[in-house]
Amino acid sequence: MSEGNTKKFLYINRKAPHGSIYALESLEVVLIGAAFEQDVSLAFLDDGVFQIAAGQDTAGIGSKNFAKTYRALGDYEVRKLYVERESLAERGLSESDLMPITYEDEDDDYAEKPSIHLVDRAEMARIIRDSDVVLSF
Amino acid sequence: MRFGIVVNEGPYTHQASDTAYHFTKAVLAGGHEVFRVFFYHDGVNNGTRYTVPPQDDRNLQKLWSELAEQHGIDLVVCIAAAQRRGILDESEAKRHGKSGDNIAPGFRISGLGQLIEAGIEADRLVVFGD
Repeated sequence: MSEGNTKKFLYINRKAPHGSIYALESLEVVLIGAAFEQDVSLAFLDDGVFQIAAGQDTAGIGSKNFAKTYRALGDYEVRKLYVERESLAERGLSESDLMPITYEDEDDDYAEKPSIHLVDRAEMARIIRDSDVVLSF
Repeated sequence: MRFGIVVNEGPYTHQASDTAYHFTKAVLAGGHEVFRVFFYHDGVNNGTRYTVPPQDDRNLQKLWSELAEQHGIDLVVCIAAAQRRGILDESEAKRHGKSGDNIAPGFRISGLGQLIEAGIEADRLVVFGD
């Protein structure tokens, strides 16, 4: 792989976190991909917004609760999480229903900053258009 | 143009694998290069040689294996997704104490880094799945 070959990777998460494996296996790609020093963004739309809902508890269904991994994304330098405003609203959710996900900005005295950005559908379309590699899960 | 192909669904339950196969053939027929086909999620099920569909139906595993043989295409099955679903090569089977392997000819098991690399190296990464 040639040096300086940086592309904009966008991972689109469209499915609910539990009930299928797509969310977990998407997260696995994001974590591995972080090691490749690409420009990484995550998008949460449709039922994908449930992936970062606060207070997830999978004890009742006996499956792995990987929700806390999203909060560690900042440690992997994955700092751009875009959540579609309309998808939240359509599901009766608001930003306050999402878990806080932050990163430490080393260029700003390690200030803790929010990774989640709410964007409207038109803005989400622009983000998708401006990406080089789009992986939808 | 150099293409990367991602297959995220298993054969028969979903059209994605058939479409990806036809797309890959069309890419090659068009004189383009296929950098890699990466199988993820249930897509890894395309890579088991124990697939035995009825004789009057297509055998997707065989079609992929033949395409790999004819054109030297790199067919990569994600190791984590494959292990979850019981797709093992000889060394993985040995490592996990299983009595046999089932990876199909032309397929190899490797890591998710191969998917990211396909995204970086290909001019277009085309994903087939739900």
